[in-house]
Amino acid sequence: MPIILFLLAFFAYPTGLTLLRAVTHFDVPEVGGLDNITWVLGGGANRTILIRTFTVALLCTAFAALLAFPYAYLMTKVSSRWQTVMLGFLLVSMFFGILLRNFSWVVLLQMQGPVNDLIAALGFDRVRMLGTAPAVLMGMTHVLFPFMALPLYAVLKGIDPRLVLAAQSLGATPRNAFLQVYLPLAVPGLFAGALLVFVLALGFYITPAMLGSPKQALISQVLYQQFETRAAFGRAGALAIVLLVAAMAFVLIANAVQKRSKAYEG
Amino acid sequence: MADNGPQTANNPILKIVCVLIALWLVLPLFIIVPISFSGEDSFSFPPKTWTLARYASLSDPTWTSALLNSLTIAALVAVLSAVLGTLAAFAIARSKSGVMALVRALILSPQVVPIVVFGLGLYLVFLRWNMVGTLWGFVIAHTVLAVPFVVIPVSAALQTFDRSLERASASLGAGPMATFRQITLPIIRPAVLSGAFLAFLSSFDEVVLALFMKSPSYYTLPVQLYRRMTDTIDPTVAAVATLELCLVIAGVVIALILQSRSPNPKQT
Repeated sequence: MPIILFLLAFFAYPTGLTLLRAVTHFDVPEVGGLDNITWVLGGGANRTILIRTFTVALLCTAFAALLAFPYAYLMTKVSSRWQTVMLGFLLVSMFFGILLRNFSWVVLLQMQGPVNDLIAALGFDRVRMLGTAPAVLMGMTHVLFPFMALPLYAVLKGIDPRLVLAAQSLGATPRNAFLQVYLPLAVPGLFAGALLVFVLALGFYITPAMLGSPKQALISQVLYQQFETRAAFGRAGALAIVLLVAAMAFVLIANAVQKRSKAYEG
Repeated sequence: MADNGPQTANNPILKIVCVLIALWLVLPLFIIVPISFSGEDSFSFPPKTWTLARYASLSDPTWTSALLNSLTIAALVAVLSAVLGTLAAFAIARSKSGVMALVRALILSPQVVPIVVFGLGLYLVFLRWNMVGTLWGFVIAHTVLAVPFVVIPVSAALQTFDRSLERASASLGAGPMATFRQITLPIIRPAVLSGAFLAFLSSFDEVVLALFMKSPSYYTLPVQLYRRMTDTIDPTVAAVATLELCLVIAGVVIALILQSRSPNPKQT
């Protein structure tokens, strides 16, 4: 299969090369061994960046889920015409270039932008939003929303609404029927979306680069910075290792948890 | 189509929340439109002076060549992804070997590995092979990301594919190539085409790998946009965004109208 050769040459090999740099390339003050890894995990500044990256990714996943669930849920309940309209909103946002979507948030959140105009009109002081982690979180949630909403919608669409009715006819309150019958059936969709959003958010570059700042950097920004400004490939490689290991560990843990809950149900 | 739940469908709070979410999804995109008519060299909103000059400056070679490069790269990515992805989908769907799960994971992994990690590696490799800043450098980089868009729908189409059709064709005397062209290909064609279309879009929109692959003389539209947003502040970016917004809205509306008509052809 040509694809295997293609991906080995142009994906696995380059990715491996980046990771390998962590133990083969050193810039003073790192001299050898695991110095690069120690640089990532040891320093207080880098630890703050790691924690910030995970916090932003987790919050982004949570917000995307909180927004996407009602949206996808209503999509399964309305007439097919309204369903098409709701899907349309989702697709317009999704297909509008990722760079330009971030650009809209730059315009919205800037010091003299519409959001700050509103804040000033209400009598408050203008808030510096651009260049902060909350701005990154906002932009990232906006960009990644479709990745949560679409898998969730696919799963919710398949849930038989009669199951909820059956629960109610057996005496469950609408609220209990929803919590105990509907929600557990929705978990695989939430799960698929959450995993995708979290992993993408961990390694996101464009949004933090445009809406964030070096002062409140995320890990992918630091990686690019080490490469671009210092050609410190060793440090970049070490950051890449930490990022990949973290992402993979999360996927594996999440999969194990899901399998266990499935075994429990079955 | 959708089975209306009696209580939830008419819940006004849910509807209001969803209207707000829908507005949050698309309203920010429209904020760019007035900026594209701005007479100032800033992204300030609303603009104080108005001009059409931003649209005129799109004819500048830095923009036209970037657009042409992006279109060329995306077209080649679509073709390459369609060929590689369809072959891979056949192997995955038709082989019973357990290795195929691994192959599938390999194909999907570029979408999960952080792009900066893979992009940096590809930059190092292409630097050695003198492929940074070349057409094929971009095409290869983007194809790695785009192949799953073809593999996923085509392997799904092949899984529901009735193979007795192929056997019938063969038993009627068609060779393997004729069977593929006349039976298999027409059935999987929609999946291949939609996958190739998504591959095209993903390449046209891709910016992180492009930032690694660019050279001063060879770059794509997203690279040019990124530069004009970060290095300099150029409202021409907003003109591009406005045009793209019109295209996207038109495209989505047309696609959804076509789709909502197609499922019940028997009624007409």
